[in-house]
Amino acid sequence: MSSNIIELIRENVIQGRVTKDDEGIEEGMAGQPGVTELVEEALASGADVSEVISKGLTASMEVVGQKFETGEYFIPDMLASAEAVGAAMEILKPHLQKSGIKPKGKILIATVKGDIHDIGKNIVIILLRGAGYQVKDIGNNIEAKDIVKAVREEKPDYLGLSALLTSTMVSMEDTIQALEESGLRDKVKIIIGGAPVSEEYAREIGADGYGADGFHAVSVIEALNDSE
Amino acid sequence: MPREGILIEKPLERLSCEQVQQIHDASIEILNNLGLLCFNKNAAKIYQGSGAAVSKVSGSNIPCWHIKIPEKLVTAALDSAPCTVTLGARNPDNALVMRGDEPRVYFITGSETNTWLDVDFPTYVSKADPKKEIKIPEFKPRRGTVADLCDSAHVCEHLETVDGYIRTVNIQDKDINEDNKDVNKYFACLNNTTKHVMSGLTNLKQLDDVVKMAEIIAGGRDNLKNNPLISFITCLVKSPLQFVDDTTETFMEVCKRGLPIVVSSSPQAGTSAPIKEAGILAQINAEVLAGITLGQLVNKGTPVLYGTVPVRARMDTLGDSYGSVETSQYNIDCAQMARFYSLPNYSTSGVCDVKIPGQQSSIERLFSDILVTLSGPQFLHCAFGLLDCNSVFCLLQAVLDNAHFKMIKFFLKSPGINEQELETVKKQIRDVVATPQKMFINYIRPVMRTGEISPPYPFEGEGDSDSVFALANGHLQELLAKPVEHIDRATTAKIYREIPGLLPRLNVYKGG
Repeated sequence: MSSNIIELIRENVIQGRVTKDDEGIEEGMAGQPGVTELVEEALASGADVSEVISKGLTASMEVVGQKFETGEYFIPDMLASAEAVGAAMEILKPHLQKSGIKPKGKILIATVKGDIHDIGKNIVIILLRGAGYQVKDIGNNIEAKDIVKAVREEKPDYLGLSALLTSTMVSMEDTIQALEESGLRDKVKIIIGGAPVSEEYAREIGADGYGADGFHAVSVIEALNDSE
Repeated sequence: MPREGILIEKPLERLSCEQVQQIHDASIEILNNLGLLCFNKNAAKIYQGSGAAVSKVSGSNIPCWHIKIPEKLVTAALDSAPCTVTLGARNPDNALVMRGDEPRVYFITGSETNTWLDVDFPTYVSKADPKKEIKIPEFKPRRGTVADLCDSAHVCEHLETVDGYIRTVNIQDKDINEDNKDVNKYFACLNNTTKHVMSGLTNLKQLDDVVKMAEIIAGGRDNLKNNPLISFITCLVKSPLQFVDDTTETFMEVCKRGLPIVVSSSPQAGTSAPIKEAGILAQINAEVLAGITLGQLVNKGTPVLYGTVPVRARMDTLGDSYGSVETSQYNIDCAQMARFYSLPNYSTSGVCDVKIPGQQSSIERLFSDILVTLSGPQFLHCAFGLLDCNSVFCLLQAVLDNAHFKMIKFFLKSPGINEQELETVKKQIRDVVATPQKMFINYIRPVMRTGEISPPYPFEGEGDSDSVFALANGHLQELLAKPVEHIDRATTAKIYREIPGLLPRLNVYKGG
């Protein structure tokens, strides 16, 4: 029973089906339980949470990644699968501690002051959640002082800052400066991303990392996570 | 089922109805009052016997007649010329059905170039940094051969946007001569593509052998009539307004046999036609109408295409400038004139002035490919692989052109907007707006694999590098490695028994 439901979770993550209403890549899947329904069912049937994560979610994302590498899958497929994993992790969150599973890390993410563009940030959120991180989105057009406040309250491991415009990217530097002034800079790793910024700019303003796109952002955080 | 082509629902037209009528009237006046010179005695006789005013031109070194064609002859020819011309194919699923009153475009190769362009990718090392190496395409011209023609037909068989095949390269092997060129040319094409094959004739004496070969492949004379897997093109009228002796004779002989033929005229604005648009249009229209009229007088009801290859002269050399903007304008106008007569139009696009593939080539050919396609000619000789004003052929360019035409065909899909679709998307918008992330990405997936989203440019390199040529060449090699659907062994044996002059090396079964 347990292995069967984990196999179903795995298949549905690969199909990118969050709920029963979602269509997969293969025809005729709509109406059948999606990842969220299956994870609920797995919990109800007493399945091992660590097995659900490792065999149902993580292993299936590896398959998705391979399919993307070979050109069989496209970015929307990756996002759909990541979203399914993120939704599953949200359901599993209350059970992680008692199962002895250490969370991967907590991330705060925001689009900086003056900038309302959030597509990039939202994609990064889906991918990070899909990779097993706990992500809190603090929104768009966020002033430095509000980001400082959120860091103080949430105590995240990482802070992601996003900007689309050359005119707003400077707010990233202001935010880092504000974190310095409030004595919080050393408590959080900062990763920046967005069309106008670069690795070089990240270094200039004192960020810890730069994500060229959503996938790169995840791998940068994974690398920082591993180095700790 | 014939090939689908692409239906242009609202063809691009530059001329008003009044201007179309004015061009027609001017052409009729040219034919009736000014007339044409005719260097073919049989054509002059036919015209004379049909009521045209024909007089021998005195003082000419070669026999020549002056023909004035009355309007009623032209009108009768336009009535009898079929509105629908079917170009068959070895594989009947590749047949092309061209209706003069329907702007359904088929993309076809051509023309006959003397030069074949090979491509190589030598490595260059930076003087400043010897570790830095780049591969740059190098193009090497040489005389075309029958083996090249086979390769070209083979590749075009596998290029999905190519609907039909005009021989792309003039075969200049040492063992090819005037007496065996046509049979080998047609056989090389027919044996390497199952699509329709069109060509000009080098020597009228070979016409019957070529037709017999086609009959053997089609399975008999009646089958060839129903599925004319070959057709012909002749430039019987040399601009301005002259029936050429040999090509006119060829034209009439093809018409007698009832096989499809293009009446083609190719005046050059500025030299062999007036530089002004009105002038070249009135003249080319008169020239094509004169040819069509002759064809219908020879064999009433014979299938003809209204063939127009107008071009503007270059101001620096007075050579052809196929890449000029005006050349596209003329072609678009001619498509409109052909539609006025409800005759299928043979048109031209994609010919560029530059000698090698590159930026100029892409700009010139894509400009005319898009615009002339939009005008809705039924038979678009769109110069797959042609460079240097039709005198150079490069397979790599043909592969690049195929990518262009995929984009053009995608662009021309119907919008697909209806009540049901709008209801669906309104729900999508409502649902997405209610979510925190407000993204429609999930809705991409259902349409991503149905062909509803245009594919990326297939030869896009990674990072900052421009790898178009290298990637296209890789694709070309894949196409060349694909199997060829040759004519079967028994039919090939029959062709070799009955058709003289075929080169033994073209027989793929000779070893067994």
